Amino acid sequence: MPETTARAKEVTAEPDLEEIEVRELIRVIPAHHARANDPEAGDLPGAMNLDAVSAWYGAFRAVRDVSMAIPSRQVTAMIGPSGCGKSTLIRTLNRMHEVIPGSRVGGRVELDGQDIYGSTVDPVRVRRVVGMVFQRPNPFPTMSIFDNVAAGVKLAGPRPDRPVAEIVEHSLRRAALWDEVKDKLASRAVALSGGQQQRLCIARALAVEPEVLLMDEPCSALDPIATAKIEDLVRELRDSVTIVIVTHNLQQAARISDQTAFFFVDEARSGHLVEIGPTSAIFVAPREQLTQDYVSGRFG
Amino acid sequence: MSIPIRTGSRAPTSSARSAGDRIFRVLSLGVAGMILLIVAGIFAQLALGSAEAFALFGLGFLTGQTWDVSMLVFGALPFIAGTVATSVLAMLLAVPLGVATAVFLSEIAPRRLAIPMTLLVELIAAIPSVVIGLWGVMILGAFLRDGVEVPVVGAFGELPFLGSAASGSDLLAASLLLALMITPTIVAITREVLSTIPQSHREAFLGLGATRWETIRAVVLPQARTGIIGASLLALGRAMGETMAVTMTIGNADRLPSGLFDPAQTIASKLATSWGEASDGVERSSLIALGLVLLFLALALVLATRLLARGSLRRSGIGR
Repeated sequence: MPETTARAKEVTAEPDLEEIEVRELIRVIPAHHARANDPEAGDLPGAMNLDAVSAWYGAFRAVRDVSMAIPSRQVTAMIGPSGCGKSTLIRTLNRMHEVIPGSRVGGRVELDGQDIYGSTVDPVRVRRVVGMVFQRPNPFPTMSIFDNVAAGVKLAGPRPDRPVAEIVEHSLRRAALWDEVKDKLASRAVALSGGQQQRLCIARALAVEPEVLLMDEPCSALDPIATAKIEDLVRELRDSVTIVIVTHNLQQAARISDQTAFFFVDEARSGHLVEIGPTSAIFVAPREQLTQDYVSGRFG
Repeated sequence: MSIPIRTGSRAPTSSARSAGDRIFRVLSLGVAGMILLIVAGIFAQLALGSAEAFALFGLGFLTGQTWDVSMLVFGALPFIAGTVATSVLAMLLAVPLGVATAVFLSEIAPRRLAIPMTLLVELIAAIPSVVIGLWGVMILGAFLRDGVEVPVVGAFGELPFLGSAASGSDLLAASLLLALMITPTIVAITREVLSTIPQSHREAFLGLGATRWETIRAVVLPQARTGIIGASLLALGRAMGETMAVTMTIGNADRLPSGLFDPAQTIASKLATSWGEASDGVERSSLIALGLVLLFLALALVLATRLLARGSLRRSGIGR
């Protein structure tokens, strides 16, 4: 518990970026970044590659020409000031951006070598493989805890080899929620606390066994303790699923990610990628002055 | 515990303002009280006016099948039946149609199409019922007679639940017209309800690999349930009370209809057609009694709406 409390204190400081010191960041960066250089990681499924990806809302270009690689079974953090297109970009990775009327995506997004925007690709299938967790916990209010997790499983049709109840339990365990809800699976999901709801949403996304899990500021509506739990969870899930996480919290990015991508806005308010690299490099020795200024809290 | 806001130099203004407050309170109390008085007055008047009929026929008035002015025998059943039959038929048509339209407009149609279509649907609601009635008599009634009823009766003879009059002025025509009139209400309210469902709930389900239709069925419609029930009951209220268009198309026969192709009469249309030439005494009293029955039907509906809304709010956990 003391460890959690310590982390909770750090998280409390989230909005005040000026208080963040590079020194402190270095301290919290764990040794797991060795994974970023693990040559075997590339062979696992769930690797993504972006090539000159742009995204528009009507005539407004929110994301401009982003090219980057998302290695399999690693945590990729997307950081940058508000309005820099992080959330928009992450939504292009499972074709959720196009749900908004008038929106458009350009460029190429590959998942394990296949272009997910290819003319023969069904967005519904993409979203089964690339799951998503949203800013605010959004369990389905008309469904029970069990049904929330089972919702995606049932969509795919029953699996003879694995009963739904088993998948639900497994998913809730993976999301570190099973012990808290196992006695009230039939009760309404909205009765859970915010942090539990968010872990439920993670369990719901995991239940369809995605290769990639997109998390769009998953802790922005949560208190520090709930945030700490989600962060623990992200570290554990890293072994079985590729994670892309958008966060406003630099310390969070430093704590949980293997590689970090820093985005910024240009004069036309389009977001673009400034720099991407191993998290330790981005926070300790970035190549770009802009990155240096941002991670040291000189603006934000 | 009193808070000393009236102290110091602001005391005079403050007391002038509180006088205004008092006046406003008395005024609003008066207006609110008037509403109570009016409702109570309507009830009292209807109860008083119908006393003679109920004294004569008792509760048998509700089940009596004959309405005979020359014999002075009055029973409400044909009109209750006509009201219920037209309203229920109209609902059976309008609820699926209205909900489907609302879902299309808010979930599926591109904005370019949704905006003008919404406007069109709302325009239907603005057509005066007498104009709809005219259209019902001249176009719909004639089409039903020549295009549907006469051929069907010609081919099969008298069928159960259809009847044989086949005049185009009957239960079917009135119900269709009612359906047309209440659909915009259902569309408008359902659309409103759908727009309150957070987009992130839809996206969460889409994100699990659901199609748009699966999302509508599993996430959108369940959340809109309460609103759709409310919309339907509001529409039902309108269908039960609608007078002009029904009067013009239902055929105005004061007997129990044997089927869809038979002329009939609703409570509202009976009142509209007979009040003017009704003689004082039992007939008038019986007509007032019909009005009382309609009022009770509507009241029961309002209560049902409340109960249903509260019940399903509690179930879905939205109204906590």
